[in-house]
Amino acid sequence: MIVFLQQLVNGLSLGAIYALIALGYTMVYGTLQLINFAHGEVYMIGAFAALYLAKWTGVEDNPTIPGVLLVGLGAMITCAALGMAIKRLAYRPMRRSSRLNILITAIGISLLLQNIGLLLFGAIDNFPDLVPQAQWEPVAGLMLRSNDAIILGTTLVLMLVLHHIVERTQLGRAMRAVSHSRDTAAMMGIPVDRVISLTFAIGSALAAAAAVLVAMDKHVITPQMGATGGLKAFIAAVLGGIGNIQGAVLGGFLLGVCETLVSGYLASTYRDAIAFAILIAVLLVRPAGLLGRHTVEKV
Amino acid sequence: MVAFPSLLAGFLWGCAGGSAPEVKEIVVGQYGSLTGAEATFGISTRNGIELATEAINAAGGIGGMKIRMVVEDDQGKPEEVSTVVNKLISRDRPVALLGEVASTLSLTAAPLAQNAGIPMISPSSTNPKVTLQGDYIFRVCFIDPFQGTAAAKFAYNTKGVRKVALLKDVKSDYSQGLGQFFTETFTALGGQVVGEESYSKDDLDYKAQLTKIIATGPDAIFIPGYYTNVGLIAQQARQLGFQGIFLGGDGWDSSKLAEIGGAAIAGAYFTNHYSTDDPNPTVQDFIKKYQAKFHEIPDGLAALGYDAAQVLYMAMAEVAKDPAMAAALGDRSSVPATEPARKKAREALRAVLAKTSGYAGVTGSITIDENRNARKPAVVVEVLPEAGKYKFVESVAP
Repeated sequence: MIVFLQQLVNGLSLGAIYALIALGYTMVYGTLQLINFAHGEVYMIGAFAALYLAKWTGVEDNPTIPGVLLVGLGAMITCAALGMAIKRLAYRPMRRSSRLNILITAIGISLLLQNIGLLLFGAIDNFPDLVPQAQWEPVAGLMLRSNDAIILGTTLVLMLVLHHIVERTQLGRAMRAVSHSRDTAAMMGIPVDRVISLTFAIGSALAAAAAVLVAMDKHVITPQMGATGGLKAFIAAVLGGIGNIQGAVLGGFLLGVCETLVSGYLASTYRDAIAFAILIAVLLVRPAGLLGRHTVEKV
Repeated sequence: MVAFPSLLAGFLWGCAGGSAPEVKEIVVGQYGSLTGAEATFGISTRNGIELATEAINAAGGIGGMKIRMVVEDDQGKPEEVSTVVNKLISRDRPVALLGEVASTLSLTAAPLAQNAGIPMISPSSTNPKVTLQGDYIFRVCFIDPFQGTAAAKFAYNTKGVRKVALLKDVKSDYSQGLGQFFTETFTALGGQVVGEESYSKDDLDYKAQLTKIIATGPDAIFIPGYYTNVGLIAQQARQLGFQGIFLGGDGWDSSKLAEIGGAAIAGAYFTNHYSTDDPNPTVQDFIKKYQAKFHEIPDGLAALGYDAAQVLYMAMAEVAKDPAMAAALGDRSSVPATEPARKKAREALRAVLAKTSGYAGVTGSITIDENRNARKPAVVVEVLPEAGKYKFVESVAP
């Protein structure tokens, strides 16, 4: 039972990261029906942005709570700008092209960013210990790590903020309108282009937050980290129903817990195989994902 | 303006394969992970090889020809290895290939070298299957059955470990093989393997597997993996409350290990190819030269890269004693008529490499056996907190 609780904590903290990244995939898909394959690389650049910010501001040597928050916010702003730039420079010129062309552009941007990362940042870097790490052992065998608390707490706060933006603000209403029907929204006077830009910005900022949390906890950051992290998060978004915000969160946590329990109770050798078999099974029963709505394409 | 036509004429003449006197070189191809999660492997190996190449070129080369090393980056990815090795073989037409560190990558490249009839020396792939790919594939390091046995004996006899858990890289031939050989010896000695789990190379989170392992109460965790994963695993295991010993193999050898693993990895033990504490003048001389050029302590991969290149150059010098052979070694043309001569030279090189015996390398005396492996001793070292520093613990004879 104690081991199960420990695995649950492990799974939730892994899933929180998947969920944060998955939100970016799902929000962009919701407004643009585009799978933004460059999102994983935005996440990677978030980690390096935080690293260099921490170095330049001196937070690395003298970490204070406001300093660390500033580094995190700085990384989020950098990635928000990067997300908007990608949308403006790569996707907007393609908006009259077929969806396949835009998809291939997205893959191209992803490879481009990964290789620029390799060129600029080198093969691997070590993220400093910004927050002192501590463990508590409330019951023998159950280790609660301060990092897990930070990861889960930050994720929760960011999700509440996102929920507020989407449900309670004018921008959120505009986003929902664009996601419902881009043409109708444009006719109602909604600045569709700006709304899409801001969607990219918010999604990218969340990916940066995930990157900072991972980098703080694991310390190892590489230009390739976006490829794996992005893939898993994309799967989480599909599992929850791509385009649906609650779905991305649910999918992220489910995938994290599922992977952890498969490793912990079945065989870690077949972790990915079993986790993906579950994904396929879910999609067979619910083709639009857990919370996704099946829409009929009108011709 | 006047120079232009003559330059152009010279260029065209050169293209037509005219008999302009050109400086002949011997081309050797090298492929390694210069970037990616095992980047220090590729970089150290390249540095070691560079040191050997510079020395031989400074001494006049081989048969009056300089060695030209063509290096390709495979990013540590199996799908990249075939591309870069094919590129090397078809574009640069090398007389020999040097690479890789990771066994999975050497296993991918070996059939390509074998089919092309190009001798390949892996400096540091320890999985036994590598050289079994064909008679053109060699290595200058020991193999995993020996390394796994050495680690198991050290764990059981020296450290008194009785219960051990394994955490292996699911896609690495090196990790799977070393894990298996360790298990065989450890259980034969009377020890017990209480858990066996796997991870993927790209994973950052190992807490699920570690939680399961720690619940079985092992004295030690054996991690036959590469340094990035090992550093992360050690950290997370300590965070989850594991207090036992970490053990591993030569895949740990990188200055990044202590950087990533921090305090968690200090005090861990692994089997390696050489120790910087070795008073042998060959070793100390190599360390001094390497430090002067690259400003860091050479790890085992650098030493093996150096030894692999030395063994290759010695064999080349032997082949180049015959002037016809020497000319064929330096011939890079793609003219079909001269291919039999080039092929004969590479075959001669292969034959000389197979007879390598008692070469006094930095990583010990190298004798190539009937399976084209090197029989050498291994050392057990303890990881110190400073990056790239290890303490010699014991030497294990083959």
